[in-house]
Amino acid sequence: MKKIIWPIALLFSALMLTGCGKSVTDQSALKNVRSSNTITWAVEGDKKLFSLIDIRDDQEKGFDIDMAKAITREILGPKGQARFTLATSQSRIPLLKNGNVDAVIATLTITPERAKIISFSKPYFRAGKSLLVNKDSDVKSVRDLNGKTVIGIVGDNSVEVIKKVAPKAKVVAMQDYGQAVSALKSHQGDALTSDNGILYGLAAQSAGSLEVRGGTFTKEPYGIAVNQNQEPFHRAINRAVDKIQRSGEYNRLIKKWFGQVPGFNYKEMYYK
Amino acid sequence: MQTWIDALSWLNFGFLLKGLAVTLYISLVSIVLSFILGSVLGIIRYSKIKFISAAVGFVIDLVRNLPLLLIIFFTYFGMPKIGYRPSAITSAIIAMTIFESSMLAEIVRSGIQSVSEGQMEGARSTGMSFVQALWYIILPQAYRHMIPTIIGQFVSLIKDTSLATIIVVPELMQHAQVIYGQNANYIVPMFAALTLLYFIICFTLSMAGSYLHKHMAS
Amino acid sequence: MINILNHFSNELFVGFGWTLLASFLTLVFSLIFGIFIALLEVIPHKVANKIGRGYVEIFRNIPLLIIVMFFYLIVPKYIIQLNGFTAGTIGLFLYTSAFIAEIIRSGIQSVSGGQMEGARSTGMTYKQAMQYIILPQAMKIVIPPLGNQFVNLIKDSSILAFVAGFDLMYQANAIASVTFDTMNSYFIIGILYLIITMPLSYYMRYLEKKLA
Repeated sequence: MKKIIWPIALLFSALMLTGCGKSVTDQSALKNVRSSNTITWAVEGDKKLFSLIDIRDDQEKGFDIDMAKAITREILGPKGQARFTLATSQSRIPLLKNGNVDAVIATLTITPERAKIISFSKPYFRAGKSLLVNKDSDVKSVRDLNGKTVIGIVGDNSVEVIKKVAPKAKVVAMQDYGQAVSALKSHQGDALTSDNGILYGLAAQSAGSLEVRGGTFTKEPYGIAVNQNQEPFHRAINRAVDKIQRSGEYNRLIKKWFGQVPGFNYKEMYYK
Repeated sequence: MQTWIDALSWLNFGFLLKGLAVTLYISLVSIVLSFILGSVLGIIRYSKIKFISAAVGFVIDLVRNLPLLLIIFFTYFGMPKIGYRPSAITSAIIAMTIFESSMLAEIVRSGIQSVSEGQMEGARSTGMSFVQALWYIILPQAYRHMIPTIIGQFVSLIKDTSLATIIVVPELMQHAQVIYGQNANYIVPMFAALTLLYFIICFTLSMAGSYLHKHMAS
Repeated sequence: MINILNHFSNELFVGFGWTLLASFLTLVFSLIFGIFIALLEVIPHKVANKIGRGYVEIFRNIPLLIIVMFFYLIVPKYIIQLNGFTAGTIGLFLYTSAFIAEIIRSGIQSVSGGQMEGARSTGMTYKQAMQYIILPQAMKIVIPPLGNQFVNLIKDSSILAFVAGFDLMYQANAIASVTFDTMNSYFIIGILYLIITMPLSYYMRYLEKKLA
């Protein structure tokens, strides 16, 4: 009998730890960031234009990073610290929900499913899904995808989107964009689907071997995510985004990061 | 050829070395911590202390039989739930230590057990206490026998740090992925560099292990 | 947690199947190949010894992740198309073979000693002595470490998640990214892994005791 009780007791205590611990996500995020004078952001490291690790100095650089810094400045003042925790598409929401970070700014599309478990700020970038293919590919648009293999990213919503627009396509999900592009180049799939801005960045990195095709086939703006029941912090972020957009800083950042991208009409992205 | 030269430019190679430094740091700290923790847990398990040994044994068996990837996830996402917000590197160290301690504990337990047959009674009959017998008679022999296995486990630990790339720890594997993620043409040179770097470290350690084993056995 | 079990039992079942299949295929092939490599290491032939030793040292000293990624990302680009499951299983097989070879080699060498000469003196050839006298005894000694290696291999099969190999770990990632319930998704597959590995490692400990 003793032999049985121990394992069960242990299993239960493990369950308690994972299930109902009093977590950091219950405390007031705004108070926390004010008292530490730091906002910890989950960002990505493999998205050119939005957030890419610069090999020269090991810093993340891109539109998302600049937005995060600007928002941090708006909320905490010029001395406020923006700390960045690298996430993958898969880990960005768990990092927020489990309390590893205060907010997520990582090309995160606002979707109803996600909005059920996290709170989104007002949209800060108008994105939509498109396709990236090898130059010699016969895929011209989403209509050619049936029967083909499409590469997505774990934790991205591309899997669900492709199931809707091309039900007969097979989707394989890779861990991150580096992996996904390598897989595309190794012909593990016929197309890679993701948001237009990201794909233009990947195409620009590919030295001409990959291209974006078929325009956008969805409308999926990005939002900044914070935990639910954090109304003060949520409002503070919305106010900050608003201010950055109205002051013209937003358009400057858009031009800075997307002004040089071939084939991309960055002026459409401007805040008007 | 030009691709290889570009791929392994000083800039990129330096970035790889930065990753290597993190890999070595995580490995070293985890090796020290898990050696201590693993030894303690192994001895507790061997000692048959009421309830405690059984409980420790069960937890060790749970951890030992789970994939390291899962332990990494549990650590990284679980820690904030108990009020601690670790960096990815700290998480990796904690996860590696938990996992390797449980592997080592089992090695230590079976190592002690294989030596102690008969020897324990002999030592006790000369009037030594259990702890004295363990410390002066059993453990020195047991550890001498275990050297190759323990070193082998440390080699596994170093290799396993590459899995931490899944929570974006800036270690060797992750840094290589960053480089070939930004220029897919560099993938083959990066894999060559990765293989070589890991091999040099692990092979050296393996060799040191077998040298030590021969040396101490004679 | 009940929710995940209700909605994703299919995915979990499929993942469980792929994990078992990868483990089984790897076990069978790496046992055969491992014995082959071990024999290369012990037969009286210098070049074969070097090749066998070289194989073991190389594959034991590089991370499994690199081997698997090599087969998923590089081999298809230059040689032959492999999907994630195949690439992952081939990587796992080559990696595990090195460990099995090492176990079997030390098993053979711990038996060998006078037995080989004894067998040869009764008129057996080297091959016969190896096949009928040495190997059967060696296999008995190596059962417990082989069993532990098998447990390791099941755990290591989670590497398939890195290459979209549809195994348990991959399914957990997929479920977690739909339900956003990270901890419980991993908790469930943790239990599924334990269902395979725990009995096996307890059985190995029992065998170890019995054979000792």
